[in-house]
Amino acid sequence: MFARGLKRKCADSEDSPPAPPACSLQRQSLLDMSLVKLQLCHMLAEPNLCRSVLIANTVRQLQEEMSQDSAWQVPAPASAGRGPLERLVSTEILCRTPWEQQGGHSAADSGGSPAPDLLSEPPGAPSAQAPRGAPGCAWEAASPRESRGGFQRSLDQIFETLDSKAPRAAEGLFADVDGPYYDLDAVLTGMVGAKSVPGDGFETLAPTGAPPPGVSYKRDLGELDHVVEILVET
Amino acid sequence: MEEDIDTRKINNSFLRDHSYATEADIISTVEFNHTGELLATGDKGGRVVIFQREQESKNQVHRRGEYNVYSTFQSHEPEFDYLKSLEIEEKINKIRWLPQQNAAYFLLSTNDKTVKLWKVSERDKRPEGYNLKDEEGRLRDPATITTLRVPVLRPMDLMVEATPRRVFANAHTYHINSISVNSDYETYMSADDLRINLWNFEITNQSFNIVDIKPANMEELTEVITAAEFHPHHCNTFVYSSSKGTIRLCDMRASALCDRHTKFFEEPEDPSNRSFFSEIISSISDVKFSHSGRYIMTRDYLTVKVWDLNMENRPIETYQVHDYLRSKLCSLYENDCIFDKFECRDVTLEASRENSKPRAILKPRKVCVGGKRRKDEISVDSLDFSKKILHTAWHPSENIIAVAATNNLYIFQDKVN
Repeated sequence: MFARGLKRKCADSEDSPPAPPACSLQRQSLLDMSLVKLQLCHMLAEPNLCRSVLIANTVRQLQEEMSQDSAWQVPAPASAGRGPLERLVSTEILCRTPWEQQGGHSAADSGGSPAPDLLSEPPGAPSAQAPRGAPGCAWEAASPRESRGGFQRSLDQIFETLDSKAPRAAEGLFADVDGPYYDLDAVLTGMVGAKSVPGDGFETLAPTGAPPPGVSYKRDLGELDHVVEILVET
Repeated sequence: MEEDIDTRKINNSFLRDHSYATEADIISTVEFNHTGELLATGDKGGRVVIFQREQESKNQVHRRGEYNVYSTFQSHEPEFDYLKSLEIEEKINKIRWLPQQNAAYFLLSTNDKTVKLWKVSERDKRPEGYNLKDEEGRLRDPATITTLRVPVLRPMDLMVEATPRRVFANAHTYHINSISVNSDYETYMSADDLRINLWNFEITNQSFNIVDIKPANMEELTEVITAAEFHPHHCNTFVYSSSKGTIRLCDMRASALCDRHTKFFEEPEDPSNRSFFSEIISSISDVKFSHSGRYIMTRDYLTVKVWDLNMENRPIETYQVHDYLRSKLCSLYENDCIFDKFECRDVTLEASRENSKPRAILKPRKVCVGGKRRKDEISVDSLDFSKKILHTAWHPSENIIAVAATNNLYIFQDKVN
């Protein structure tokens, strides 16, 4: 495929004009290859942990270099303290819009920079959850016992939240239910109906401030459904 | 012809009744015992085959001892983990011999999750002349017994039995990659990707965790344990290697959980050789102590390094094993060959199917990277990466190496003059 292993010299030319497109193309295809490998890892019954970790580290390194290259003109301090999850989001976006990144390189010369915007855009709930298919889950699959525990804890958190934050609205709801097993749909519906929500678990999803009633609870419900879907899949 | 017979002796023991080799016959580990008299191989199907060296007879002085099948047994069976809904492979990952203390041989064999202690013993005599049983073993009617006799031991055809003596299970969440017998001969350790456990040979229902590098949040995982070994003389000292190319030496006297290393061996990166694959090829696949215990040898993808325990900042020697592959790293990454784990004693050999004569002289062939190709060199592009040797073992005292290539075992020894 390539005559030589990719050298880092490409990325060293940060002071000079942006990295030549050939180098970033190579990096991009290497990144794509790595992500495919990780996906395959995830699909295997018991992925080889060492291999997954090595590929994930390679992916992180590629992303770091790519973000360095494209962000050198427009510093993105928001991306400084991010964890790997958010970084993976940028990768996903980069992967989906390679032409935009190419455009970003040339546009960076003239000052406009769509690519750095992609990087600094805060991850919305759907895209934040999707890359969990990447490294995060690759070795979590190796210990589903722990992830099942996590799932249980998240569910518990949801129920706790409902209990404490919206007692009045939930009272009637819980009174109908026998035993500790709640009907999740009923709970969620009841929760969304009560506008005094959200609790701790949903702060990141529901925006702060009073949203307009009609639109917001539908969006909240959609996001909640999504969260539950992800939790159930785990 | 004599040579053909020799080949069949070794190869036929692996091929099953069909004429083709099945995947279960692929050899996954090879290990000589401490004297070199026995050679154990483990395969993907969970079987262990032990070869024994022929005693050199006075009649055939010119002929060195050949290795013949001594014992075959099924060490591990496939299991099913109901909690995870996953099948546990029966493939033997590692075999380690215990030092011999009596007439029987003991070895440890492990798959991904369970370590077993096997006893291999010979029986060449059997008692005859029981009072209460007849020759076929049926009980005799006591009323018919009129005399008493003392049973005597009579010679019989040699029978080699392998019996499982201990099963050490349920201690590893991740895949076991190494086992190492301690110099105290009472304990051993088993290492998986994130933890190392210490066992006592007599106790199977509990083990002691001595290293745990699992992060609280698995998403922060960036490094795994790749190999571990005890010091040959100091029973409190061991080393373990990581996927980031580092080696840590730990002293069990320092604390119960050896998460803080006593020594940390890492070579600073060479900036001129930096590439995206630097980390992958720096991952150490095997680590071995020297006999003296003063040095450790490590194997990563392209090199073998020798370290002095007294110097942590760089190895004292580095051998490029197949540096010609450096330019091919991208292809190797693509076809996953870059993740192959080589063992510490191997030499780069190109396994070609034509080399089936047991007495063929094995010449390591020089591989040229590019440009003009000299007469007996091979171009790096013509290397077939599917024919690779991952498992070799070196006889402890003589120049004999056992090389496993998929389902075949080749034994090469010095030509006798």
